[in-house]
Amino acid sequence: MYWDKAHECMDRQQLRELQSQRLVETVRRVYHNVPYYRQRMQEMGLVPEDIKGVEDLHKLPFTTKQDLRDNYPYGTFAVPLSEIVRVHASSGTTGKPIVVGYTRKDIITWSELMARTLVCGGTTKDSVIQIAYGYGLFTGGLGVHYGAERIGASVIPISGGNTKRQIMIMKDFGTTVLACTPSYALHIAETMEEMGIKREEIKLQYGIFGAEPWSEGMRREIESKFQISAIDIYGLSEVIGPGVASECQYKCGLHIFEDHFIPEIVDPETGEVLPEGETGELVITTITKEGLPVIRYRTRDISALNYQPCPCGRTHVRMKKVLGRTDDMIVVRGVNVFPSQIESILMEIGQTEPHYLLVVDRVNNLDVLEVWVEVSNKLFSDEVRKLEELNRKITNEIQSTLGLSVRVKLVEPKTIERSEGKARRVIDRRKL
Amino acid sequence: MIQISVFLENKKGKLAEVTKVLAEHDIDMCAISIADTTNFGILRIIVDNPEKALEVLRQAGYTVNTTEVLAVEVPDRPGGLHKVLDILSKGDISVEYLYSFVRRPAERALILFKVDDLKAAKEMLKKEEISVLTEDDVNGLGTK
Repeated sequence: MYWDKAHECMDRQQLRELQSQRLVETVRRVYHNVPYYRQRMQEMGLVPEDIKGVEDLHKLPFTTKQDLRDNYPYGTFAVPLSEIVRVHASSGTTGKPIVVGYTRKDIITWSELMARTLVCGGTTKDSVIQIAYGYGLFTGGLGVHYGAERIGASVIPISGGNTKRQIMIMKDFGTTVLACTPSYALHIAETMEEMGIKREEIKLQYGIFGAEPWSEGMRREIESKFQISAIDIYGLSEVIGPGVASECQYKCGLHIFEDHFIPEIVDPETGEVLPEGETGELVITTITKEGLPVIRYRTRDISALNYQPCPCGRTHVRMKKVLGRTDDMIVVRGVNVFPSQIESILMEIGQTEPHYLLVVDRVNNLDVLEVWVEVSNKLFSDEVRKLEELNRKITNEIQSTLGLSVRVKLVEPKTIERSEGKARRVIDRRKL
Repeated sequence: MIQISVFLENKKGKLAEVTKVLAEHDIDMCAISIADTTNFGILRIIVDNPEKALEVLRQAGYTVNTTEVLAVEVPDRPGGLHKVLDILSKGDISVEYLYSFVRRPAERALILFKVDDLKAAKEMLKKEEISVLTEDDVNGLGTK
């Protein structure tokens, strides 16, 4: 099932020509309209004419979150504010938020891309879609909303939070598609169990989940609890919001909508472009955005690209499910640790609901990593020996994966705070 | 006999939170034991209504399981427990843990065993005319 077959299944040679043409236009536009980009290019001795196509992309400077923040709020917009019809902003947990602006055409592009995404995941005009992503400055809610309306699905714009009400509405309104963060989906499933609501009482068929990294194990958990197909979607506000990439029914990577975005994978340390298939930081250049085009934007998401044909027929490159974020990454005694690694281990051990927390502290100048794991009914035993074995097993698995000693602490259910948005997996108590 | 086991973190006040839930739902405890380690503890209890206890504790957010344990009544006098353990030991049954309650005025002790082969253990004890209790006997336990 496609939304825009002509573009989604475009011949790769033609696609590259289209990308080159759009890239050249974008570079010319930002050079002339955004002082920041002009200055960066001049520093590197570049003029727009140096960029003749996709093959010259690597010559351009990177753009980082900090660069956008330094130009807060509107400094990197490529059109006058009068052309901007909408602004969104990142959550801004560290200082000022990143502000993103959309022209009327950008909103249309975004709606189109979200329509592709939703159709990719099984949504049709007959779907009843419950949008439990936050509405507001966050791009999740409104992004999915516009795409769903574009398709003609019936939209329930419930936004995030108030889980019991979400479940009541899901049941009473006959929701068939749920869109939210994966951790919130799991929280909804759990609450449903607690409320004693049976699977037969809801009509859910598909889940469109994104905005945070999640493991294959977590997907299995969500799919088995809800008995649905759970699709991973990808996007970030700086690029456009959700609608950058989406899994198809084969769930073997997320198709990046390459007629609008050019992806690269670079070494997060050196910035060097890595060969196809290698794991590194995803970098994206937008080639159709008007309000806030971004050139070689460092997403901080860890992925890899696969250009092999997909059984679904789409020709667009597939990015590997995001494995973690370069900034979620914590460095403990010199070892890079991603919460997703711990999550996979816990899933393998007990198909446990992945409620865990990494607590890093510094004791006597030494980093100490504690992993708190909630004991579910499934893992629990009335025998001390078995629980101690469980504790040892988790400890050993983590230690052998990370090559780092950890202290595992079994905790009671609900000890770890549940999130209604992005899950908090790390507490860093080190005063660095 | 059904035993209720509850996972508890080894922290002040945790046990009182559980007993509060049980008291509020009018659940009578006949026997109680706690296994503790540095970080966590396992509360094991025999109650008059195990289904209800399981339900209310899970609702209160606890990790709770039920386990079938062997409940034996022996006379409260020297050698009372030994007789039972002797039979189990000769029968090659291993005991994971046990706890007991002495009840007056009946002067008989209630002993709860977690064993590896419950069925075999029951048969052995019955053959030796040791009284093995079932859930139906629970209401007659405690102080009533």
